[in-house]
Amino acid sequence: MFALRRAALPTMSLARGYASSGNVSALLLVEHKDNKIAASTLNALTAASGLGGSVTALVAGSAPDTVVAEVSKLAGVSKVLVAKDAAFAHTLPESHASLLVETQKKHGFTHLIAAHSAFGKNVLPRAAALLDVAQISDITAIEGADTFVRPIYAGNAIATVKSNDSIKVITVRGTAFPAAGHQDAAAPHEDAPAVGQKDQSEFVSEHMQKSDRPELDSATRVIAGGRGMKSGENFGLLYDMADKIGAAVGASRAAVDAGYVDNSLQIGQTGKIVAPELYVAVGISGAIQHLAGMKDSKTIVAINKDPEAPIFQVADYGLVADLFTAVPELTKKL
Amino acid sequence: MSNLRILVATKRVVDYAVKIRVNAAGSAVETANVKHSMNPFDEIGTEQAIQIKEALAKSKTGTAEVVVVSCGPAKAQETLRTALAMGADRAIHVDSEEDLQPLAVAKLLKAVVEKEKPDMVILGKQAIDDDSNQTGQMLAGLLNWPQATFASKVELGDKSMTVTREVDGGVETIKTPLPAILTTDLRLNVPRYASLPNIMKAKKKPLAKFAAADLGVDIKPRLQTLKIAEPPKRQGGKLVESVDDLVDKLKNEAKVL
Repeated sequence: MFALRRAALPTMSLARGYASSGNVSALLLVEHKDNKIAASTLNALTAASGLGGSVTALVAGSAPDTVVAEVSKLAGVSKVLVAKDAAFAHTLPESHASLLVETQKKHGFTHLIAAHSAFGKNVLPRAAALLDVAQISDITAIEGADTFVRPIYAGNAIATVKSNDSIKVITVRGTAFPAAGHQDAAAPHEDAPAVGQKDQSEFVSEHMQKSDRPELDSATRVIAGGRGMKSGENFGLLYDMADKIGAAVGASRAAVDAGYVDNSLQIGQTGKIVAPELYVAVGISGAIQHLAGMKDSKTIVAINKDPEAPIFQVADYGLVADLFTAVPELTKKL
Repeated sequence: MSNLRILVATKRVVDYAVKIRVNAAGSAVETANVKHSMNPFDEIGTEQAIQIKEALAKSKTGTAEVVVVSCGPAKAQETLRTALAMGADRAIHVDSEEDLQPLAVAKLLKAVVEKEKPDMVILGKQAIDDDSNQTGQMLAGLLNWPQATFASKVELGDKSMTVTREVDGGVETIKTPLPAILTTDLRLNVPRYASLPNIMKAKKKPLAKFAAADLGVDIKPRLQTLKIAEPPKRQGGKLVESVDDLVDKLKNEAKVL
């Protein structure tokens, strides 16, 4: 709860201030997998609602009925457009971008919005180019219907940009907006326009990391390991601690490159961006690119044997110690 | 696979290790007298193109010509020379002093693609300065080509490529006909260093120059930067003595446990 309040204050108060201007109609591209809405879509919905106008949700899939029913009950959704077609069985970009363009041509939205997830990043710029408009990527705040805040240079500078295009195409940083809740009455749904464009690519296979722990991007507690972990087996120490406090486990690029853990666990400029209540960095030096992915965490703890490690400059609490003794001791005492 | 032409887009950016500063006016990031280098994802793109060329040469199944392109001011040529020193065959500089945003770059690259007719265009997944992650996807849209973004593995087939992509929660593999757009993730390869002899040789490799204005595309900025600010500073640096001390602070001071 605390996380939601904290995130809500800066963005939502500004957004509400704008709400009176009207004339905004946003289209939200819903991401889903295995009949579940992606958590980041709920954050993007809050951003879309913050623009002050209506929000229409677009759900594309080969069998999207379950997701459509859920989306129609999300707070702030006034209508759901449904594109049911075998072409949308996977998240391939050509058909999805084309669907966005056709939907835009028919309904004339002022804003096209998606989460800044792998899916949103893949599809939205393609649609923006087809509509001949710019995209504003990874926004962290809304200052008006055409003015947005976004980090650049790995989060080391914060840009406020104004779009001069008629349609604003936007991807949203999930951790900067709270997740949308539910509403009582289900929003109505109707069919989205048909799409002629077929995917030129074909889906071959996927390999997803299975885990019972919370998802990295939405976890309230995250424990991350770096090169100092020395091996993949040693990550067991972090899993033990994570399981004790219900945390997700992440990693620095060094740990991923060394093969200790899967790429999908990487936190940083080019990996996941997280902003949990508690971030524990273990054996991570704190390179600029890593800090980009976690420095908005509420409380940062660093455990490192090098007192000069840059991570200590951003850590609220630093413990200079050998992680191989400190982490088991910490796990025991939690 | 027969004879391929691979176009690689590269961008000159502030070096990844530089701690950047916002200027006093709050209008831009200081770039004068700051070390610049090739965007790291574009180095990976250049490396990938060269590896494809080397693999074709080794298997004697075809050849590849690697053409590198960069859009921007005169200094973009330094980046192109770096790519030539890594092993690219020739370079194209699209000269412009304008603030080139991703859509403008995608349009300029489209014009270059129409001249060069490559079988594949490789771009980095994002530039580490504007962090947009757009140009490759936009170019694919403008050309109506398939796109394979965030690639961590590429295998060439007959007029197709099979690409493993880094997605949230794991990886996905897709098969894409050529011509196509490929954008690189960090895991795709480890770029080589250019040797001194190759740096010398690169000076003699062809570098063609076009004025952006002559390519007849709209490159006006669509986004206007109102303000650039420093991010909020964190009050870090408090050290604790022991694990007990840490647990106590987390429970009673930060109240996160």
